[in-house]
Amino acid sequence: MGETITFWVLAVVSVGAALGVVFNRKAVYSALMLGTVMLCLAVLYAVQDAPFLAAVQIIVYTGAVMMLFLFVLMLVGVDSSDSLVETLRGQRFWAIIAGVGFAALIILAVGNAIFAPQTGLAMATGQGGYIRSIALLLFTKYVFAFEVTSALLITAALAAMVLAHRERLAKKATQKDLSKARFLGDRPSPLPGPGTYATGNAIDMPALLPDGSVAESSVNRYIARYDVEHGHLPEDPKLAEAIKHRAEEESK
Amino acid sequence: MTTHYLILSGLLFAIGAMGVLIRRNAIVVFMCVELMLNACNLAFVTFARQVGNLEGQIIAFFVMVVAAAEVVVGLAIIVTIFRTRRSASVDDANLLKY
Amino acid sequence: MESPAEIIQHTAGGAIGVSWLMIALPLLGAFILLVFNRFTNRWGHLLGVAMSLASFAVAVLAFVELLGLGEDQRRRAVRLYEFIPSLKLDMGLLVDPLSVSFALLITGVGSLIHIYSIGYMSHDPDRRRFFSYLNLFVAAMLLLVLSDNYVGLFIGWEGVGLASYLLIGFWQFKPSAAVAAKKAFVVNRVGDFGLLVGMFIIWTSFGSLAFKDLGAQQIGTASDGTLTAIGLLLLLGACGKSAQLPLQSWLLDAMEGPTPVSALIHAATMVTAGVYLVVRSGAFFEASDVASLVVTIVGVATLLAGAIIGCAKDDIKKGLAGSTMSQIGYMMLGAGLGPAGYAFAIAHLIAHGFFKADMFLGAGSVMHGMNDEVDMRKYGGLRKYMPITFATFMVGYLAIIGFPFLSGFYTKDGIIETAMEHGAWMGWLAVLGAGITGFYMSRMIFMTFFGEKRWEKDAHPHESPSVMTVPLILLSIGSIVLGYFLIMDNRLMHFLAPAVGMPEHAPVPHVFSTTTVGLSTLALVAVGAAIAWMKYGRAQVPAVQPRGSFLTTFARRDLYGDALNESLFMRPGQWLTRIAVYFDNRGIDGLVNGLAAGIGGSSGRLRRLQTGFARTYALSILIGAALLTGALLLVGNI
Repeated sequence: MGETITFWVLAVVSVGAALGVVFNRKAVYSALMLGTVMLCLAVLYAVQDAPFLAAVQIIVYTGAVMMLFLFVLMLVGVDSSDSLVETLRGQRFWAIIAGVGFAALIILAVGNAIFAPQTGLAMATGQGGYIRSIALLLFTKYVFAFEVTSALLITAALAAMVLAHRERLAKKATQKDLSKARFLGDRPSPLPGPGTYATGNAIDMPALLPDGSVAESSVNRYIARYDVEHGHLPEDPKLAEAIKHRAEEESK
Repeated sequence: MTTHYLILSGLLFAIGAMGVLIRRNAIVVFMCVELMLNACNLAFVTFARQVGNLEGQIIAFFVMVVAAAEVVVGLAIIVTIFRTRRSASVDDANLLKY
Repeated sequence: MESPAEIIQHTAGGAIGVSWLMIALPLLGAFILLVFNRFTNRWGHLLGVAMSLASFAVAVLAFVELLGLGEDQRRRAVRLYEFIPSLKLDMGLLVDPLSVSFALLITGVGSLIHIYSIGYMSHDPDRRRFFSYLNLFVAAMLLLVLSDNYVGLFIGWEGVGLASYLLIGFWQFKPSAAVAAKKAFVVNRVGDFGLLVGMFIIWTSFGSLAFKDLGAQQIGTASDGTLTAIGLLLLLGACGKSAQLPLQSWLLDAMEGPTPVSALIHAATMVTAGVYLVVRSGAFFEASDVASLVVTIVGVATLLAGAIIGCAKDDIKKGLAGSTMSQIGYMMLGAGLGPAGYAFAIAHLIAHGFFKADMFLGAGSVMHGMNDEVDMRKYGGLRKYMPITFATFMVGYLAIIGFPFLSGFYTKDGIIETAMEHGAWMGWLAVLGAGITGFYMSRMIFMTFFGEKRWEKDAHPHESPSVMTVPLILLSIGSIVLGYFLIMDNRLMHFLAPAVGMPEHAPVPHVFSTTTVGLSTLALVAVGAAIAWMKYGRAQVPAVQPRGSFLTTFARRDLYGDALNESLFMRPGQWLTRIAVYFDNRGIDGLVNGLAAGIGGSSGRLRRLQTGFARTYALSILIGAALLTGALLLVGNI
C-alpha cells in the first residue's frame, strides 16, 4: 500500500516535471525540472529494492551530471532562451504525433501484457545480502564490461579536455601591457562611480560631473537595461534620458 | 505494479523523445536524451524485480556510467561549437546536407 | 621431275653462319638514325648507305659460300634462338639459292637506290628520316625472304608493310600522300588476313610453320580441300603485297612517295614479295590444281589490267606503276606454272628489279631536273638535255618491251613460252600483254624524250649529279646482261633447283628463239611501238589531256577499281556503321543513359531528404521505431 501511494505521487510529479523539461523556454528551468525527475526516479529505484542504484542515481546524475549541465549553461549563457517559432515545417506536429503514438503503443503493449506475480529479489540477494550480490556480479560476471567502462570514462575525460581546451593565440597580457593600453586609450582614469554629486547614491543613479552634466558611463549597462525594462527610471528627465541612452548603447 | 512502472517508463521515454524533436537548444536536447535514458533505467530496474534477477540493475548501472561519459563528451562538443559559432542551436549546425 | 633438296642444319660459321648480320646491320642503322634523330642529321645518310652496302657484302659472301657447296647441300638452316615455344618454333634463317637470290637483289639494288637517294633527297630537310626508313625496309625485307618459317616471314611481311606505309606517306604534309599511305596500309591488311588464316590452317593441319616440315612429302597426306584453301589464302596475301587483282588499287596511289621509294619498294623488291611467297610455298600450289590455276588467272588478268592502265596515264610514275603491276602479273603467271615457271618468274623478277628500278630512278632524275613535274604532257624533247638519263632510260625501255638480246627478251619470253605449254589461252593473252607493253612504254619514251618542248616556263632541265647517274648506269648494265646471263644454259634454273625443284623437261634456251610465239611477240611489240610513234612521236602531243574515248576513261580511272571497291565495300560498310551507330546511340546508349538519368533524377529528389537538420533525422528515427512497434503489435509478438 505504501508503495502504491509513493508510486502515484512520484509518477505524477515526474511526468509533470518531464513535461516541464520539454516545455520550459528557459534552459535553467529545464535543468531543474530534469533534476526533479531524477530525484523522483531515485526514490522509485529505492522503492523497487534497488538502494544501490538510487544512491548512484543521486550521486552521479543529480550530483555530477546535472551540475555539469548547469556549468555549461553558465558558459553558453544563462539567459539564452529558445524562440517559440518552429522553423522546420511540420516538425512539431509530427513530433507530437509520433511521440504520443509511441507512448500509446507502449501503453497498449504493456497494458495487454499479463505479468506473473513479482518474484522479488529475495532469492537473488539471499546469500550475503544485496550489496554483496551486486558486487559479486559486477566483479565476476561483468568484470570485463566494468573494466571497459573505466577505459571509456578515462577516454571521455581526455576527450572533454581536448575538445574544450583553447589554444592561447596571443601572449598573455601582463600588468605592464594593461596599463600601457589604458594610458594609450581615451580614458586613463577609472570610470566615475554612480551617485557622485547626485541626489541619491543608489547604484542606478548616474553621477553628475562638476559642470552639472550627467556622466552616462557611471551606470552599469545591464542595470540601465533592467531599469528601462522594469520602468524604474529616475524622475529627473535628464537622468532618465541618460539611463535610456545607456541601455540602448548596450543593446547595439 | 510492474505494469504501472513500465507505463510510467514509457511515458517518460515518449516525453523525452518529443523534447529531442521539438527543442532546438542543444543543451535542452541533451537533457531530454538523459530523460530517455533514465526512463529506460526505470524499466530495467522494474524488470529486475519482476523476474527476480539482479542483472537488470547491473545493466542500469552501466547505462548510468556510459551516460555520464556521453554527457561529458557531448557537452564539450557543445561548448566547442558554441565557441566558434556563438550558437547552441542544433538547427544551425546543418552544413552536412545535400 | 626433281624435287627440292633437304634442308640441312648449318653448324659451321662463315658468311652463312653470320647471315643474320644482313638483317641486323640495316636494323641497327634504322635504330641509330631514329633514336639519335637530329644528332645524326649530318652523316645519317652515309650511315644508311654504309649499312646497306655492308649487308650487300654479307649477302655476296654468303652467295659465294653457297656456290662452294654441293648441289644437295645448298639449303642451309641457321638456328638463331627459341622463338615461340608453344608453337614449337625456333627463329632461324634459311639460306638457300632462292633466298640468296632475293637477298642479293634487295641489298644490291637497295644499295644503289640508297646511293641515288643521297642526291635525290639532298634538298629535303628530312633526309635522315628517309634513310632510317629505307634501312628499316631493307631489314624487314631481308627477314621476309631469309626466315626459315612462316612466322618470321610474316613479321618481315608486316615490317615491309610498315616501311612502305611510312615511305609512301613520307611527305605527310601532302594530304594525298597521307591518304595514299593509309590506302596502301588498309588494302595490305586484307592480304595479311589471308596470309594469317593460311598460316593458321597450315599450323592446325601440319603442326608446324617451319619450311623444312612443309615439303611435298609432308603435306601429301592432307586433303585436296585443305591444300586448295591454304593455296588460295596464301595467294590472297600475295595479291595484297604484290598489287595483283583484286587488291591492286593501292599501288598507283603509292606513287605519292619519293621516287627512290617507288623504285625500291614499289617496283623492285617489296611488291615482288607475293611472287616469293608463291614460289616458297610451291609445295602447296603444286599439290592443288585449283590454286595454281587461280594463280595463273590472277597473273594474266593483272598483266593485262596493268598494261591497259599504263596506256592511259600521263603521270610518268603512275605509268610506270601500271607497268609494274603488269610485269608482276607475268611473274605471278610464271609462279603459277610450277617448277617450269619458277625459274623464269624469278629471272624476270630479278631482271625487272633492275630495269624497273632503272626507269623509276630515270623518271626521278627527269623530275629532279623538271621541278618535280610528273605530267609527261609537260615534258618533251628532253634527250638533249639529259643524255645519261635518256640513255639509261632507253636501256630500261628496251629491256622491258623485250627487245632482242636484252633482259626482258629472255625472261618474258621464257614465261610466255612456258604458259603456252600449259594453255594456249594464257599464252596468247600474255603475248597480247607484251604488245600493249610495247605501246605504252614507247608512248612514255616519245612523250618524255622526243617531240617538241612542252615545258612550264620556269623549267630548266639539266642532267643530274653523278651520285644519281652512276646508279642509273650500273642498273642499266644489269638490265642489259642479266637476262642473257640467267637464262642461257638454264643457269638460274639449275641454281634454284635445290630450293624449288626442277621440271622434268628443262627448256632449251636459244640466243634468239625463232618459234611462232617468240616471233609473234616481237611482231606485236613492234606494232605497239609503231602505233605509239604515230600517235605520240610523229603527231603533236596536246599539252592538256584530251577527253578521250570511253576506253581511255576506263583506263584512266584504273579500270574503275576504286569505284568498285567504293560501291562494294566502302558504301555498305558505311551504311553498316551508320546503322550500328544509330543502334548504339538510340538503343544501348539510350538504355544506359536513360537508366543513369532516371537514377540521377530520382537521386536529385531523394537527396532533398538530407536536410542537415538533426531533428528531422531524429523524427524519422522515432517514426520508424513507432512503426516497428506497431508492426510487432499487429503480428502479436509483443
